[in-house]
Amino acid sequence: MLDSLLGGFGILGTSPEMLALFVGFGLVVGVLFGFFGMGGSFLVTPALLMLDYPAPVAVGSGMAFVFGTAVIATLKHHDLGQVDYKLGVIMITGTTIGIEVGRASVYYLESLGLAGGIISVAYVVLLGGVGAMVTRDALKSDGGGGIDHEAADKDLDEYEIPEIAKKIQRTVRIPPMVTLRGDVRVSAWVITAVAFATGVLSGFLGVGGGFIRMPAMIYAIGVPVPVAVGTDLFEIVFSGGLGSYLYGQGGGVNLGIVAPLLFGSALGARVGSAATAVVDAEGIKIYFGGMLVIGAIAVGIGEVGSYIGNPTLELLGLVLVIGAAVAVAFAILYTTVSSLRQTRRQGTTVTD
Amino acid sequence: MPGLEVPTWDPETAVLIGTILLEAIVLYVGYGGLERLFGPYLMKFLIGGEADAR
Repeated sequence: MLDSLLGGFGILGTSPEMLALFVGFGLVVGVLFGFFGMGGSFLVTPALLMLDYPAPVAVGSGMAFVFGTAVIATLKHHDLGQVDYKLGVIMITGTTIGIEVGRASVYYLESLGLAGGIISVAYVVLLGGVGAMVTRDALKSDGGGGIDHEAADKDLDEYEIPEIAKKIQRTVRIPPMVTLRGDVRVSAWVITAVAFATGVLSGFLGVGGGFIRMPAMIYAIGVPVPVAVGTDLFEIVFSGGLGSYLYGQGGGVNLGIVAPLLFGSALGARVGSAATAVVDAEGIKIYFGGMLVIGAIAVGIGEVGSYIGNPTLELLGLVLVIGAAVAVAFAILYTTVSSLRQTRRQGTTVTD
Repeated sequence: MPGLEVPTWDPETAVLIGTILLEAIVLYVGYGGLERLFGPYLMKFLIGGEADAR
């Protein structure tokens, strides 16, 4: 009974080497997610595509991984009181419909034999675009891209609503209007539109969409940063759960991929999250931006390799995408341990 | 397969997603417990001396 269950879900079909690779990759992805609050999951689907998994399996398993990660992160943010349940519930409908539109597009493109290529191109544009934006912001050192750890520590009352969000709140006053945490009053339709647009992206790429949804919640709806993070994760639990269920019905979720990835990432996220208390994200953000740009180049190289039938290029793409993530995760761990040792030395000197 | 779908009840898929949900909760609780148990020792090992540098 157990054998048939595990075999049916793909666990027994995954070799020990691949299980170890997924645990290790999950650990790296978890460190990045825990530290930057985003960006882990959208390395998973391209890596699976480069490992020659069919597009629905790569996207479906990526989404199921996002679902599991969101469950763990939401439990933590609930404990910190950073979830606006009203906003989350309103967003669930829009995101869920958006995810289903994105998922249907993947299967439609798969039936035309175009899914892998178009999803890879979308990743090149998205990773390259977000990576360039984060790198530019890091060079200018004015924040943006990932969670601002200091902003996340402020009281909700101290948080200032961005000017663009105030303008949207003043101009779009289509009822019903809702009041959110941080005393934000906004049309439910604005919330639904943001949720739908980011849902399409999630369903199409198998990502949580936090790197788009979080800025959208902050700049279009005007919610405080910590509430945007917590609510985004809460909402992904439901929309990602439903998206995974729909992909699962089509055979798109492989537990042999998701379970080891989650096993590694849950541990990595704890380490990455603990590192935020020690290391300033600004110093490492430039590496994060560079990693995304390298990820975009890697997916491009892998896709060219697949198109011209050159396995060396496909392997190079895979090595680059995993190598870049591993390098940034090590940079975080190294800087954390160095900072801790320095703090201890300074403490010892003061005591002396 | 192409086209929008309304989810229908599928026990096997429900068990699959339920397994992922259960794994996530077990990992949150399990790693949390391990962190409390071994966290101070790990800190001591990594930075040397007392683990109060945080």
